[in-house]
Amino acid sequence: MLAFDRVKSQVIPLDRANVDTDAIIPKQFLKSIRRTGFGPFLFDEWRYLDRGEPDMDCSRRPKNPDFVLNKPEYAHGQILLTRENFGCGSSREHAPWALADYGIRVIIAPSFADIFYNNCFKNGILPIVLDADTVDRLFREVGPGYELEVVLETQTIVKPDGSVIGFDIDPSRKERLLKGLDDIALTLAFADDIRAYEARRREEAPWLFAPVDPCT
Amino acid sequence: MAKTLYDKIWDAHVIRTEEDGSSLLYIDRQLIHEVTSPQAFEGLRLAGRKPWRPEANLAVADHNVPTKDRAKGIADPVSRLQVETLEKNCREFGIPVFSMSDHRQGIVHVVGPEEGFTLPGITLVCGDSHTSTHGALGALAFGIGTSEVEHVLATQTLWMKKARNMQVRVEGRVGPGVTAKDIVLAIIGEIGTAGGTGYTIEFAGEAIAALSVEGRMTVCNMAIEAGARAGLIAVDDATIEYLQGRPLAPKGALWDRAVTAWRELHSDPDAVFDQVVTLDAATIEPQVTWGTSPEMVVPVSARVPDPAQEKDPTKRKGMERALEYMGLTPGTPIEDIRLDKVFIGSCTNSRIEDLRAAAAVVKGRKVADTIKLAMVVPGSGLVKEQAEAEGLDRIFKEAGFEWRDPGCSMCLAMNADRLEPGERCASTSNRNFEGRQGYGGRTHLVSPAMAAAAAIAGRFVDVRKF
Ligand code: SF4
Repeated sequence: MLAFDRVKSQVIPLDRANVDTDAIIPKQFLKSIRRTGFGPFLFDEWRYLDRGEPDMDCSRRPKNPDFVLNKPEYAHGQILLTRENFGCGSSREHAPWALADYGIRVIIAPSFADIFYNNCFKNGILPIVLDADTVDRLFREVGPGYELEVVLETQTIVKPDGSVIGFDIDPSRKERLLKGLDDIALTLAFADDIRAYEARRREEAPWLFAPVDPCT
Repeated sequence: MAKTLYDKIWDAHVIRTEEDGSSLLYIDRQLIHEVTSPQAFEGLRLAGRKPWRPEANLAVADHNVPTKDRAKGIADPVSRLQVETLEKNCREFGIPVFSMSDHRQGIVHVVGPEEGFTLPGITLVCGDSHTSTHGALGALAFGIGTSEVEHVLATQTLWMKKARNMQVRVEGRVGPGVTAKDIVLAIIGEIGTAGGTGYTIEFAGEAIAALSVEGRMTVCNMAIEAGARAGLIAVDDATIEYLQGRPLAPKGALWDRAVTAWRELHSDPDAVFDQVVTLDAATIEPQVTWGTSPEMVVPVSARVPDPAQEKDPTKRKGMERALEYMGLTPGTPIEDIRLDKVFIGSCTNSRIEDLRAAAAVVKGRKVADTIKLAMVVPGSGLVKEQAEAEGLDRIFKEAGFEWRDPGCSMCLAMNADRLEPGERCASTSNRNFEGRQGYGGRTHLVSPAMAAAAAIAGRFVDVRKF
């Protein structure tokens, strides 16, 4: 997994609530069997004026000039600022894959949908929850040239005027993100505990371990 | 200490808990489909890992499969590759899979309960948000991302933090013509699409207990549309009756032992919930969504709401956008909304009882001339066979509906079934997001009976007066 340390970047204001994962990456792009290459199709239906298909060359497609990602002043943003319930809907991990592939490393919102929030950490994206008033204030402040610095170690966001906003994050998630650790390898260190659980459970609920092969 | 149903299942699956409260949770079962699994298998392969317990998984392709002319295979090469990749991966890793030609093939969330793969008291996951469906059988079931699919394959576990407990009580009985779908849409209208975020919702109360197990699946299916990863309903006689004799349900002495354990799967009477929401069933009417989020829902007797009445500016903007996208004017009576297409299907409403309810409305009538396409897509091959044995297919076909093969179909339009830009559809699925059923398509979520009535009338009608 991609490690996360700190990011200093422009802030892209996406002033919408309930942005769902269908909007982040529409379903026609879910047919890929790869993990990469989704960035050009991020927010496809809002970003382009035509209808996107997986094999298109996006540099030639007509862009929606009103959509924030298409504004030159936000072209290099790695921090996305948005409204409540970001990432609701489908569990597709293609959504954080598309955001990460585009270059987004931090998403700031008053709340996130649960599955999406989890998926971010698996892909080196830091989702930050701030209260709605603080997010509102940030929306009023952002504009061309406005940058924030996000430091995971100290759990702080440094504003252009030097003032600091703190944020919360689970210690274990923070550790994994900072080090870019492989979750599966970490869990397999507990293989003996898993086996012990299975042995106990086999006694309590043997029907869960009866051989089931529906295909024979 | 008194426990909720969620507490009980959670506690029975915790392997260890870290200081910060994250727990390593044992996962009993995983369902797998073609869209969210290729990268997980690829990850295993790259790391040289094997599945921990291959037989704890069941795979079936559903999102990309065609719903007609199936013998010809999948025309779209990209879809075909994804479906073939699933079967290839399952063979390589020893995972049971129903192929596209298997008569048990269908939508994962229909197949799991139908086969008895879903059992009370288990933890069940799938790389699909509507995994909440399986909570109808008293299983703790929730959607996960692809990295987690890989993690479960490799370790049979997940790291999780316990959610909070919410109970949604629907007291009293619903009136005639009001279904499980209307109940859950009314709940979402009440608590909002983020109302359940961070919670596991247990649905309870007389109106929920009175539902069939299939109706309960419809309710739990949409727990995720209220923001909750998991929905739960207590085990009762109906649950046990539903499971008896299912192919993968325990048999003989094991069945008796299992049933004894399952009888404990309810919240203790004095269990404490972090939040309780109560609805009066008698006030719930047939529901119709008017916007681009499931919380944008009103009773069929109502009118399209006016954003000008909304005080919260973010909400008002959301409503204006939704109305523009949906091509609707505030104040329009819902019953004046005319439709282009009708879709009866999806993991929300494609089981046999759903098809029976729709057929009962359709019988002896004709789909309106103005409807370009009305289709019925059964949730699985077994549902299809059952419906045909009952003659439901003939009722639909005689009325002018298309009768298709099982799959997700126009619920999300990853196969050939989709809306064209601007087309308006009455759909029994679960999401009315922009573009969900096809680029520029407009979706109104309703119950199967309401969708059937809309197909006949060409516009929304109150099925109770139909
Ligand atoms: S029917 Fe629709 S909601 Fe259900 S699994 Fe398929 S695509 Fe998802």
